Amino acid sequence: MNYFLTEEQQMIKELAAKIAEEKIAPVAIQYDEEGKFPHDIMKVLADSDLCGVYIPEEYGGLGGGILEMALVVEELSRACGGISLAFAGTGLGTFPIILFGNDEQKQKYLPDIASGKKLAAFGLTEADAGSDAAGVRTTAVLDGDEYVLNGTKQWITNGGEADVYTVVACTNRSKGARGFSAFIVEKGTPGFSFGKKENKMGIRASCTSELVFENCRIPKENLLAREGMGFIVAMKTLDRTRPGVAAQALGIAQGAFEEAVKYSKQRVQFGQPISSFQAIQHILADMAIQIEASRALVYQTCRFIDSGAKDFSKESAMCKVFASDTAMKVTTDAVQVLGGYGYMKEYPVEKKMRDAKITQIYEGTNQIQRNVIALELIKEFSKK
Amino acid sequence: MNIVVCVKQVPGTMEVKMNKETNTIIREGVEAIINPFDTYAIEEGLRIKEQTGGRVTALSMGIPAVAELLRSTIGLGVDEAVLLSDRAFAGADTLATAYALSKGVDKIGNVDLIICGKQATDGDTAQVGPSLAEKLGYPHTTYVRKIEEIRDGYIRCQRMTEDGYEVVEMPLPAVITVVKEINEPRLPSLKNMMRAKKAVINVWTADDIGADKNLCGLKGSPTQVVKTFVPVHEIESEMIEGDAAEQAKKLAEKLMTMKFPVCG
Repeated sequence: MNYFLTEEQQMIKELAAKIAEEKIAPVAIQYDEEGKFPHDIMKVLADSDLCGVYIPEEYGGLGGGILEMALVVEELSRACGGISLAFAGTGLGTFPIILFGNDEQKQKYLPDIASGKKLAAFGLTEADAGSDAAGVRTTAVLDGDEYVLNGTKQWITNGGEADVYTVVACTNRSKGARGFSAFIVEKGTPGFSFGKKENKMGIRASCTSELVFENCRIPKENLLAREGMGFIVAMKTLDRTRPGVAAQALGIAQGAFEEAVKYSKQRVQFGQPISSFQAIQHILADMAIQIEASRALVYQTCRFIDSGAKDFSKESAMCKVFASDTAMKVTTDAVQVLGGYGYMKEYPVEKKMRDAKITQIYEGTNQIQRNVIALELIKEFSKK
Repeated sequence: MNIVVCVKQVPGTMEVKMNKETNTIIREGVEAIINPFDTYAIEEGLRIKEQTGGRVTALSMGIPAVAELLRSTIGLGVDEAVLLSDRAFAGADTLATAYALSKGVDKIGNVDLIICGKQATDGDTAQVGPSLAEKLGYPHTTYVRKIEEIRDGYIRCQRMTEDGYEVVEMPLPAVITVVKEINEPRLPSLKNMMRAKKAVINVWTADDIGADKNLCGLKGSPTQVVKTFVPVHEIESEMIEGDAAEQAKKLAEKLMTMKFPVCG
């Protein structure tokens, strides 16, 4: 399929694919096994200028948008859905600054993220604030020229590895979700530490940790937007980064599909390659159909957002749901095509199946996404 | 530091086709890649430049299509690329190639260091680097695995040998040929790829570099390839299974039936 990418987007995709094939694929199984954070791969990404594809040019980036970010995530995820997350998680932590940061904040943080010198992370989820994001307990209290943060964030991608964290905390409990505010917190700030590193089913090369704030004092200049805007900062950010999760799912599915096709042509049973059996052919055909449909929806959603659209929660949720459900199905089928070998860790598809699962869960479960979609639908239809 | 890296286009496959009349490699219609050893030369050139400043120029002699390969070297960070391309260069052996390259280097001018891969994967001669040095009257060191020090007018490097390495000092300008142990080549960067897209690849003819056409191409090549052929592998092999004693027994039986005098 020709998606009519610009010359620049095509170059980004090819370069990311080259890095995935030459640098990531050879280490993906090992990093998964060891739960090793891909510092070396991030260095390669930094040297190749890919870290800043979605960051405005005036802050050292390439000036691309969500599509450019998605293209990189997709290609990296083809080789490893965990390693790609060091890049994608940084995007999630950076968008609050791109969208709501003032010029000073952008000048201070974006160039280092664009050059790949620093990684970022986003801290919203807590033990009691998952799908119900309004359950955030972490507090920020203004004391003179500083905010004092207390509380614990949970399951934070790039936690402990990132240098820049955008964190949502409660500044006014009585106002509910309107009492949340978003802050930039730098690694190394006294009172800011990291809890246990999670032992996960998949995306094991990605680091997931707690962020612990104990009387952590940050300058009040680190407030993003205004007090009370935290929930909006989070929601607007997630609307933009969900296509990133979708792209991760898309890449994982594509990678699994390629392994399944390759294997089916090599594996001989009953005297012929299993790709000659209709039972296998139909599985492969279904995989290809779903992946292509997923890609079309993801790219088009990205383009819609990049066109300057104002309201795209529904589309963003749709592409995340569709691509992640597709990834789960395709990777499961890939294991089936590889049969017993597919179930073994020496072969790359069982990992892809484990990696795929999280895309149905994080940045809003697919059930929450369906709520968002349905709500928007009802709103639209009540206007007619 | 002004660095020239010599780059050769080689077939990206092991199935090399020959022109039966001229006994030269058919390069048209075959996937072309940069000679893998030259990628280490490019990387080393870029590293020296990052350390000392200056320029890296990629230089090749070949058919016009080689310009696209040279473009990819700009994507890696090379500043400028020069292709020597002229019908007069066709059919060159290593001597005529070295001559043409030396004239190219003369025209580039003010060169401090020339880096070549240790050999090309198609011809495997390893002659062009040293011949180029002779043509230019520069000292050279082959099989360099590490540059220990490089500064104005001076280079000290480790030359790989079968059982270790030698430390060689040379005045600059000089030529080195490098082995794959010297570094790990980088991948292109987006900014350089964009620069490459727009870059103009300089294409110089024999006249442009003031080359004597009698010393170029087939005419200037004392090497006469009389015949080429692809070796046919007709040896049948058989694996003998079992533990050592069993294998030895089976092997002995087999040899005995083969009526070799020594086994008689």
